[in-house]
Amino acid sequence: MPWFSPGDDPGPNFPRLLEAMGLNATQVGPGEIEVPHATTCVALTYADGVVMAGDRRATSGHLIAHRTMEKVVPADRYSGVAIAGAAGPAMEMIRLFQLQLEHYEKVEGNPISLEGKANQLSSMVRSNLGAALQGMVVIPLFAGYDTHRGLGRLYSYDVTGGRYEEKSYVATGSGSLHAGTVIKVGYRPEMTRDEAVALAARSLWEAADADSATGGPDALRGIYPVVASITAEGWNRLEDDELAALYRTIVDEVSSVTGTSGTGTEAGGAS
Amino acid sequence: MSMPFYVPPEQMMKDRADYARKGIARGRALVGLRYVDGIALVAENPSETLRKISEIYDRIAFAGVGKYNEFDQLRVAGVRAADLKGFQFSRDDVDARSLANEYARFLGQTFTHEMKPMEVEILVAEVGEDATDDQMFHILYDGTMFDQRDHAAIGGDSERINEALAASFSAALDRDDAIRAGVEALSAEHQLGPDDLEVAVLCRGSARRCFQRLSVADLTVILNA
Repeated sequence: MPWFSPGDDPGPNFPRLLEAMGLNATQVGPGEIEVPHATTCVALTYADGVVMAGDRRATSGHLIAHRTMEKVVPADRYSGVAIAGAAGPAMEMIRLFQLQLEHYEKVEGNPISLEGKANQLSSMVRSNLGAALQGMVVIPLFAGYDTHRGLGRLYSYDVTGGRYEEKSYVATGSGSLHAGTVIKVGYRPEMTRDEAVALAARSLWEAADADSATGGPDALRGIYPVVASITAEGWNRLEDDELAALYRTIVDEVSSVTGTSGTGTEAGGAS
Repeated sequence: MSMPFYVPPEQMMKDRADYARKGIARGRALVGLRYVDGIALVAENPSETLRKISEIYDRIAFAGVGKYNEFDQLRVAGVRAADLKGFQFSRDDVDARSLANEYARFLGQTFTHEMKPMEVEILVAEVGEDATDDQMFHILYDGTMFDQRDHAAIGGDSERINEALAASFSAALDRDDAIRAGVEALSAEHQLGPDDLEVAVLCRGSARRCFQRLSVADLTVILNA
């Protein structure tokens, strides 16, 4: 049973508890390692909250390492985290982050505020700096519904753990330039949920079209990006059926412009 | 110079047990009982903020009576043990039995080795995938552990409360019936109302985290039905 004297007590902090028990993350030695990388994720605010979206591809050099990775995951009921960067450390960071939020809530009896969650993630990114210098960079996006203020909020990070709150939208990963531009052009502050979802889906489409490391919708295998909204009702991930319909509309739109017949089966990202 | 004197071990243990029992008997009791879709935990607790019942893990709840600061430390230690185990292994590997054993060992150790035993009694409940896997463990101040199948009462006057529960328990109770039966069993001296109670359930269902706390408003509806 983990028992501490008042001075050594780690409080509601799970990473500090791990440290106190001698279970903290392994140290990395010198040198650079090639690991699978995860790619484009976006988040934007709309009238009722935020929408987050991320593609499903992980790449290792020029190889597709994984087709069904989920880079956008719920952190708790009212927030989600999306990651770009080295897949292994990123997944471990998400696992620890989710656990930290739940651990705090159970020990303290109340959930952490949204800003507190964003700060927690910031310190986790900072503690990954050593690994980042060896090529294992992890850059998350954090978005959630602030139940105190009644609005959706977004945070982006840099590799040193720097935390920046964004007003309207944010994109991360190798395709972020393309995805971010699509959202920038189409963004309006008072969008409905359907409009925000459509814009996020379109931004990933364009990223997949121009960036080989970003996966597009794969109707053949039934793999679609992860798209979720977070509102006062909490985290809600869209069903694949809805996304399939959404991407069929996008295919039709694109093909009407290019003059080709859209079949709706194969899409962007094919290189 | 003080004279060293001999105290027989039987006497020492008895004194410690009496001391712990007296502390626990001063506090108010709580009950746990199984219902069709889970386990209901009902405590007499007029405080809105100092909890006796809380969540430990996805399917596990903790309830304590006696000295607040002592059972609250045990609660936090339980959350830590469970979260550490789930992190190192898998969420599926965290179970009430091993947690209850850890508690029992810790309380037993404290009872014999520390200056003063802990003045607490605790209940560790786990809701299973189906009703046959539901478990409740009642652990005493000295580490004595009981495996309780259908219902349990801990704290002052628990024998009488257990008898009352045995009379009203049936495996077919639904959630609200179980809560009413629990409140009835606790209301020996005076009828308890929603403001005197703390109630939570471990609800078997689709959600990962089964623990749900009931608000005073929820309770008012249930008790007036």
